[in-house]
Amino acid sequence: MSDEHTNAGADSDWSRISRRGWFKALASIPVIGVFFYNYARKKAADDATKRAVMAELGVAESGPAVIPNAVSQPPSRRIRLGIIGNGGEGESLVRFAGFAHPDWIEDARKAVAKDPRDKQLETYLNQSDLKIALTGVCDVFDVRADRGIAASAVDVRPGGGSVNPPAKRYRRYTDMLESGDVDAVLVATHDAWHSRIIQDAAAAGVHVYCEKAMTRTEDEANAAYAAVKASKIVFQLGHQNRQSEAHNKAREVIAAKILGPITLVESTTNRNSPWGAWVWDIHEKGNAQTIDWDHFQETAPHKVPFSLERFFRWRCWFDYGTGLSGDLLSHEYDAVNQILQLGIPQSCSASGGIYFFKDGRDVPDTFQAVYEYPDRDLAFVYSATLANGWNRGLTFMGHDASMKVGGSLSVQADYESTRYKQKIEDGVIDPSEPMFTYRPGFKGIDAITSATERYFASRGLLYTYRGGRRVSAYHLHIAEWLDVIRNGGETSCNMDRAFEEAMTCHMATRSYQEGRKVTWDPVRRRIV
Amino acid sequence: MRYSRFQVISLVTLRMLIGWHFLYEGLAKITNPYWTSAGYLDASQWWFAGLFRDIAASPTAVTIVDYANMWGLTLIGLGLLLGFATRAATIAGVVVLVLYYVAVPPFVGYAYPMPTEGSYLVVNKVLIEAAAMLLLLAFPTGHLVGLDRIVFAKRRAAVQAARANA
Repeated sequence: MSDEHTNAGADSDWSRISRRGWFKALASIPVIGVFFYNYARKKAADDATKRAVMAELGVAESGPAVIPNAVSQPPSRRIRLGIIGNGGEGESLVRFAGFAHPDWIEDARKAVAKDPRDKQLETYLNQSDLKIALTGVCDVFDVRADRGIAASAVDVRPGGGSVNPPAKRYRRYTDMLESGDVDAVLVATHDAWHSRIIQDAAAAGVHVYCEKAMTRTEDEANAAYAAVKASKIVFQLGHQNRQSEAHNKAREVIAAKILGPITLVESTTNRNSPWGAWVWDIHEKGNAQTIDWDHFQETAPHKVPFSLERFFRWRCWFDYGTGLSGDLLSHEYDAVNQILQLGIPQSCSASGGIYFFKDGRDVPDTFQAVYEYPDRDLAFVYSATLANGWNRGLTFMGHDASMKVGGSLSVQADYESTRYKQKIEDGVIDPSEPMFTYRPGFKGIDAITSATERYFASRGLLYTYRGGRRVSAYHLHIAEWLDVIRNGGETSCNMDRAFEEAMTCHMATRSYQEGRKVTWDPVRRRIV
Repeated sequence: MRYSRFQVISLVTLRMLIGWHFLYEGLAKITNPYWTSAGYLDASQWWFAGLFRDIAASPTAVTIVDYANMWGLTLIGLGLLLGFATRAATIAGVVVLVLYYVAVPPFVGYAYPMPTEGSYLVVNKVLIEAAAMLLLLAFPTGHLVGLDRIVFAKRRAAVQAARANA
């Protein structure tokens, strides 16, 4: 055994290190050399594959280059806002405009204390100050009107916004429009009210942000369209997907013709909870004294005796909305319209039924609509169930590749692609793996608790990203609307897009209700 | 401690293989802009799950942990390969591996979203690599084969000089 293999055997002086000692000290240098030689080869091969794919695709790996009206310009004047319909969605809109109810802030604080991954409060506080005041609240339910007033004067404002005096309550929205105290309104009533409010607001010169679906019927959509077009108001329909980074990126992918000819677009809704099926909470203080029931059902085709179920769960009845068609197909269609600019289809066949929630509702809980666009050589299929949570997502199917769009985006080459044939044969493109993924975002994970919220987040409807920072798509959508009010331009979901959304959804509703295929007459602009 | 030639070759081979593995794990993370430890941390179970998930929830903490991982693995890998600061690199390696293990231990009843390349029951490759590094700590080789041999030589010379003066 050699001495040099013992601890004491190491060379005892720097200057006396033998050649053999130097050899042993530097013995691993060749290993390092082999390592880096292999590392460089692997990295070069990986980079070359990636470059070849990206060059072939002609799309940048980074975020979407152009996001229309992404952030509100420095505001030149304070806009006075009114809320009409401060229910669940209305209260959310008001919060995304910068006015959270004090109870919500308290709950959000508790949620963070319990689970630091909960990002609701942080997202709220990170919103920019839109330089607006909530001056008017209109709701037929006293509790919700009071909550709107409390939110209007909340002392926890995002972006260092100032604290405002409490809003005034109006029992009729017409009084609010005529008061001269509001410049713009958020509309989040049931759908049967939308058209009338839009028309009255347009006549009063008050700007409108309206929740989807734009209207309950075809005639209402025509009337709303005519009123807004004849006015100078700025109109925005509440499809916040317009602000999603992934959706804007998807437009680039389509523009770069990466998918080849697209013949089928499949869009889906899968939810599996009572809340997701509009079985919403009935407020303990809701009764005939606190709710102006007659006014609530004024625009509904059938008048019925006071009903807590109908008031708090109105989406379950065709008297107030159009069920899946107006609530969720509308979102899915608008996303597809945003990405492909499809417009109104030539025909629609829809079917479905009440197969699970046999709770007295008259809207289907399982619903399918098939749209044909012969002039674009493609079909758009929507399929939904409210009693299953399997996430099928939104898929664009082209001859050369498929694209899945949600909170993120991925593109996978087709095995039988003509365009990528050579690259697939050369092993540069692997059709069993996405050749391109785009994940907007930040490093970190947020806990989104409810199944419904997870559903929305996966579709990029709740949150999107700007410069790697998480922001609410709702907030950006409202900010864009205010920006156009102040500085001019076009909202991303303006009346033209809203009209396309309304008619496309109404085609499905009509087809389902009448049990026949319906078509669109582009000359008369009618469903026939 | 006296090693036979066979023992030295075995131990140094083990050290270099582990060093190679660490170095590539580190460099692969450094060169992947999308890599983050967040998913791993968030999937944590067992006693320390709360701590790891809290880290995953904080973008600042995740960023720190990400950088610590990328550069920690790279430096540990270089240390083991070169035989430089071998003892410190070995200790750091054991600590890192034990942390990886306790974050997502393959105990009965625990399921993880990350795919694994093998089948594990309590013992996984992370634990085995940690044990192998413990072995390297018990049977050091940096002063025999590696840059530490030079450092060690200088230190011994200084000690001998001090003794001579005394």
